[in-house]
Amino acid sequence: MFGIEALDLARFQFAFTVSFHIIFPAFSIGLASYLAVLNGLHLISGKDIYLKVFLFWKKIFAVAFGMGVVSGIVMSYQFGTNWSVFSDKTGPVLGPLMAYEVLSAFFLEAGFLGVMLFGRERVGPGLHFFATLMVAIGTLMSATWILSVNSWMQTPAGYAINDVGQFVPEDWWAIVFNPSFPYRLTHMVLAAYLTTALVVGGVGAWHLLRDSTSKSARLMFSMAMWMVLITAPLQIVAGDFHGINTLEHQPAKVMAMEGHYDSHPDGAPLILFGIPNPEEKRIDYAIQIPKLSSLILKHDLNAPLDGLDTIPDELEPPVAIVFWSFRVMVGLGMAMLGLALFGVWQRYRGRLYVSPWLHRAAIAMGPMGFVAVLAGWITTEVGRQPYTVYGLLTTAQSASPLEASAVGASLLSFIVVYFAVFGAGTFYLIRLMGRPADTAKGKLNEGPIRTAGLTQAAGMAKTINPAE
Amino acid sequence: MMEFDLAFIWAGLIAFAVLAYVVLDGFDLGVGILFPFLKETREKDLAMNSVAPVWDGNETWLVLGGGGLFAVFPLAYAVVMPALYAPIIAMLIGLIFRGVAFEYRWRTQRWQHWWDKAFFAGSTLAAFAQGVALGALVQGIEVDGRAYAGGNWDWLTPFSMLVGVAVVMGYGLLGATWLLMKTTGSVNDHARRLARPLAVATLALIGAVSVITPFLDPIYLSRWFSGWTIAFTVLVPALILALAVLMFSGLRSGHDTWPFLSALGIFVLSFIGIGVSFYPHIVPPSLTIWDAAAPDKSLLFVLVGAAVLIPMILAYTAYSYWVFRGKVDPNEGYH
Repeated sequence: MFGIEALDLARFQFAFTVSFHIIFPAFSIGLASYLAVLNGLHLISGKDIYLKVFLFWKKIFAVAFGMGVVSGIVMSYQFGTNWSVFSDKTGPVLGPLMAYEVLSAFFLEAGFLGVMLFGRERVGPGLHFFATLMVAIGTLMSATWILSVNSWMQTPAGYAINDVGQFVPEDWWAIVFNPSFPYRLTHMVLAAYLTTALVVGGVGAWHLLRDSTSKSARLMFSMAMWMVLITAPLQIVAGDFHGINTLEHQPAKVMAMEGHYDSHPDGAPLILFGIPNPEEKRIDYAIQIPKLSSLILKHDLNAPLDGLDTIPDELEPPVAIVFWSFRVMVGLGMAMLGLALFGVWQRYRGRLYVSPWLHRAAIAMGPMGFVAVLAGWITTEVGRQPYTVYGLLTTAQSASPLEASAVGASLLSFIVVYFAVFGAGTFYLIRLMGRPADTAKGKLNEGPIRTAGLTQAAGMAKTINPAE
Repeated sequence: MMEFDLAFIWAGLIAFAVLAYVVLDGFDLGVGILFPFLKETREKDLAMNSVAPVWDGNETWLVLGGGGLFAVFPLAYAVVMPALYAPIIAMLIGLIFRGVAFEYRWRTQRWQHWWDKAFFAGSTLAAFAQGVALGALVQGIEVDGRAYAGGNWDWLTPFSMLVGVAVVMGYGLLGATWLLMKTTGSVNDHARRLARPLAVATLALIGAVSVITPFLDPIYLSRWFSGWTIAFTVLVPALILALAVLMFSGLRSGHDTWPFLSALGIFVLSFIGIGVSFYPHIVPPSLTIWDAAAPDKSLLFVLVGAAVLIPMILAYTAYSYWVFRGKVDPNEGYH
């Protein structure tokens, strides 16, 4: 009795903490690269505007990165605290990949972060650019390793099972480059870039609505709209490839995404909308396009597609969640493409900086990358249930032998702390984004460390900062 | 025994990572522990600035300790984490509060004093929880098969509380001597005044923990008082005593660097002492490093990377400390 209860609490705790966590890397991967580009452009062109925009986003990066670090430490210990059986069994295969993440990515980010945030005057522009670049490379390395880990759990390869039931490595190349890894990595890195471009674009648009002549706002908005135009279509293509790969390795997940309760021997329809009815095992009120699903997944109108009727009930993922989260993600992806096309049209007409409706649309889409990232992860993680290591180790078998009271207490603490701490952080982030980019000059707005020890300056900062 | 005992090498590397964590994050957690004793806002600002550029790198050693344990001693990771559940969760929550305070406190005037309190409380909670976890580990963890077999509260003992307090005092000492080294003027004076009682408390607590430990388990007693390790039994306390003398004379004579270096030395020696008690166990009293180790193929795969990457990490970490060397200049803004 207690075992089941503790398991549910542990699952909810993982879902809760990882959902909070993924927000920050999704943003900091993209923002670190953007900062490196701005820093590099300033170094090459010598134009102040790039540095100004760099300094504007650097502050925001520092806060978001801090939140990512502390929520990430929780993740690295949670495998052991709540999922100790999983840790014991997969440690020999997944542990080394995570160790590589720490050694090649986390240290690189952390080691150069201090120089990037505080060291510009001490090391000069060249080394400062180098430090920014190292931070950006660190975030990408981190994504690479952790997505390799996640992908191995989805499509395990290159392993054997030893006599105490541990997964042990047979072929490291096959483990790292497991079948779903290239697709998942591409999809996630593009997602991070797209998410960041939408945030930068939304912030630029917000400032343009107030002052369409602001040079900084124009620069960020223009760069962001180019980036959305490039990454949104690429992301749709990458998503399609990822889906086809999933069909090959985790067909049940795709069945749930598509809402295919029944098999379709001669061409499956694409269900655009509908309400999953798990009791009756059908989609109610389905609006569907005949044979389109077969065309998308198999590139053939009449290709047969199996449905969930071929999967034993106890191995079926929760269909309704996957069905909805997938539609949220795809719908938002299409909206991003729409924004990109709207933007390029207004740019062509010379109205990029003076189109209030474009700016309003960009603001509305500003946070939508995060929603799409979460929806995508919910799709892939819920869709691979009931397994942690696909087809080999179930979620129920993975949990720690803990009492429900312990897991419940820690879950409650995390909920309270996360909402308080990350709620406050989000508030500070939004306030930082709202400060005028062009006037954010000089040392006072440069932040914390500027005001250090100067009581007078601190007092001045007080009057300059209008938000409080 | 094999020619290259990978489990042994890795036990050394994990121990190194944990030691690096303890001394590095030790001083920045210590600055947090001392935060309420520093004056508003000038001393607090300066203290925060002295660690702001390096704290994140310091804390990464903790991630290496955890991630490394998962990689090379997965069984130990799987047993220890549920056994020390409450202290680990408390540590994580403490680290969240103090980690975000680094940025948050500069982002608000009205709430700054709350984030200062969060910085203090989070640092102290994290330090205390680390000490409790260490104490509980020294006391021993009940294992059945490949899993923790004890209850929710096994970690809670007078001894683990004592070690918790010792770590808080020790980190406080590292923090005070760090501030002494990195600052001038009033913060420097203040840090010197704080360092003296902290040094006394730390040394007394190290003494108490060292005296109790051999009696927790006869095997600890035998490790300390038989065989070649008897050398440590004589040497470690003697060296700690010598460093204590160096520290107090540094504090008295106004030398700014000796106290920090002596505090570091005391931590290193205490850590060696723990190593002598533990070896060859990684989870006393049941699991040795060989019981818990991952297969050689895993150990070797990470070792190749570690051999290249750890020297690089040490190099650029040293570079980062070099960039921010010397006294923190209260008039210099480096954000």
